[in-house]
Amino acid sequence: MKIVVAIKQVPARDSLLKVNSSGNWIEDADLSYEINEPDAYALEAGLQFKEKQGGEVVVICAGPDRASQTIREALAKGADRAIHIETEEDSAGDPLVLAAVMAKALEAEQPDLVLTGLQSDDLGYGQTGVILAETMGLPHATLIMNIEPEGDGIRVKRELEDGWFQNVDMPLPALLTIQSGATKLRYATLMGIKKAKTKEVKSLSVAELGGAGSASIRVERLYVPEKSKHSQIFDGPPKEAAAKLVEKLRFEARVL
Amino acid sequence: MSGILVVLEQRDGKLHKMALEALAAGQQFGLELGLPVFAAVLGAGVGAVAESLAGYQLAKVHAVDHALLREYTPDGFTIALRQLLAAHSPSYVVFPHTYQVRDFAPKLATSLGRVLVSDVVSHRIDNGSLIAVRQLFQGKINADVRFEGAGPNFLSVQAGAWRADSLQAGAAAVEVFTPELSEAQIRTKPLELFRESARAVDLTAADIIVSVGRGIREEENIAIVQGLADALGAELAASRPICDNGWLPMERQVGSSGQTVAPKMYLAVGISGAIQHLVGMKGAKTIVAINKDPEAPIFEVADYGIVGDLFQVVPALIDELKK
Ligand SMILES: Cc1cc2nc3c(=O)[nH]c(=O)nc-3n(C[C@H](O)[C@H](O)[C@H](O)COP(=O)(O)OP(=O)(O)OC[C@H]3O[C@@H](n4cnc5c(N)ncnc54)[C@H](O)[C@@H]3O)c2cc1C
Ligand SMILES: Nc1ncnc2c1ncn2[C@@H]1O[C@H](COP(=O)(O)O)[C@@H](O)[C@H]1O
Repeated sequence: MKIVVAIKQVPARDSLLKVNSSGNWIEDADLSYEINEPDAYALEAGLQFKEKQGGEVVVICAGPDRASQTIREALAKGADRAIHIETEEDSAGDPLVLAAVMAKALEAEQPDLVLTGLQSDDLGYGQTGVILAETMGLPHATLIMNIEPEGDGIRVKRELEDGWFQNVDMPLPALLTIQSGATKLRYATLMGIKKAKTKEVKSLSVAELGGAGSASIRVERLYVPEKSKHSQIFDGPPKEAAAKLVEKLRFEARVL
Repeated sequence: MSGILVVLEQRDGKLHKMALEALAAGQQFGLELGLPVFAAVLGAGVGAVAESLAGYQLAKVHAVDHALLREYTPDGFTIALRQLLAAHSPSYVVFPHTYQVRDFAPKLATSLGRVLVSDVVSHRIDNGSLIAVRQLFQGKINADVRFEGAGPNFLSVQAGAWRADSLQAGAAAVEVFTPELSEAQIRTKPLELFRESARAVDLTAADIIVSVGRGIREEENIAIVQGLADALGAELAASRPICDNGWLPMERQVGSSGQTVAPKMYLAVGISGAIQHLVGMKGAKTIVAINKDPEAPIFEVADYGIVGDLFQVVPALIDELKK
């Protein structure tokens, strides 16, 4: 069973974000980065499925040099090898263009199962996995919480709205986008970290993969959303702020 | 037709709660771009639900009907819609950003070499073309997105971004469209729907809800927020990561995959305000947020807020309430 997991490196969740002077991305000079949260769950799902079924977990990541840190962490957790598609610094790119490059990089791999996160924390398209499936000609299912072998294929548990779930049977090869939270994430062991240093990371440039195709959407401008609602915000010493809030709740909103 | 096609979601003959919002968005785009607006519903035996749309100002309602569309599958829905698009060539295709749409609309767009602009919150018209505004970084940054190349242009609209009560009434003819579909084309097999948690707690009955998010950092700290809930006589709820971690049971999760609540007061502590959380609580009468980040999107829906460290603010608030 060859399992490919797509992982993305994104700005750490509590980063203070500022739009850069050209308005096309955020100021990235002082940012720290981490693995995109659902991708950590996708990796976990991949590792667990391999433990059940045997085989290999290959991580694929498109990103600049710094992404090699996130790749190493995935290898330390137990991925067997990695493909690093080297890109320029991040920008608000087109997911179709990205998926085409990733599909090209995976042509030689012929994976049985491709896992992605359901959504990236930065661009938040929520679709690179589905686009990749269509580009690779694979059936897919999204928002997956669990994967079980079933006959020659798999049975997956999909999350639906309002607390509903649905099982779906599908053949392999297939692509799944993984929802956060289904299992506990493992930590890298000391042994794993040591081993990761010797594992293969294949670097590919976008040019080697046939170049980036033309985009069908263009992100023109990034900006901080204007506040549309007039909230009454209290700051300053917690005691005073708390007193003001309670007074408002008692006498203005009359909810206490 | 060179118009706007709005694809509406239904289950068992009932429209999804976001369907009419997407229709309202479509009508507004149509008005501003001077284009006719069409609607489509997919399923098996969707005649009645299609008829229910005949009272809106629409050029036509397409009832896309086929036995193999009874159960939703990404293959079935994509193939059927591609045929409808081929027959009518709309310039814009508008969806509500539901879980089902997330599942198949990117596939449909990809099969035509296009990108779906997902989770659109607003728009403007620039020289006769539509610029879609979507959110990045979980609602902290907005982006203006322009469509390039030949259409169709696909977009999905965020829950609550357009209002169904702004829909224009009119009269529309319903037309049945029968796609060509065979079982062999559908690769996935959907099984039964089920629910997991027992839902012993009915959050919807609570007058006051205190809800805790990832800002609480550790499981032990939940007690601090429980203290605030007790002082207010409130039910305790949480954002998804708290329930994922098992710090509170799933049945206390508020949001698109949890419960939808509309209490008199909703107090969000250390919750950023991602859209999937907001859709579950925006209907609260009074919303209060406590967050250390003044830019947190939760303040966008809050009536009152305290910018500060919850570990100082919450104890101060409990003291104040006890006075
Ligand atoms: C398909 C889908 C379905 C989803 N369904 C749901 C759902 O039903 N419900 C849901 O909640 N989410 C849901 N999510 C997840 C959602 O997108 C967010 O990831 C989640 O709501 C974030 O939770 P949070 O606000 O607690 O955490 P974060 O986004 O990490 O926010 C933590 C907040 O705490 C603040 N903070 C940190 N420390 C302090 C401190 N000391 N004092 C004060 N403030 C502090 C930070 O400034 C930050 O704003 C879903 C996502 C997807 C993609
Ligand atoms: N640059 C990237 N490298 C590897 N995987 C990616 C990249 N961008 C997106 N993905 C995958 O696609 C998923 C969805 O991303 P998005 O469509 O941007 O929301 C992510 O959770 C990742 O698994």
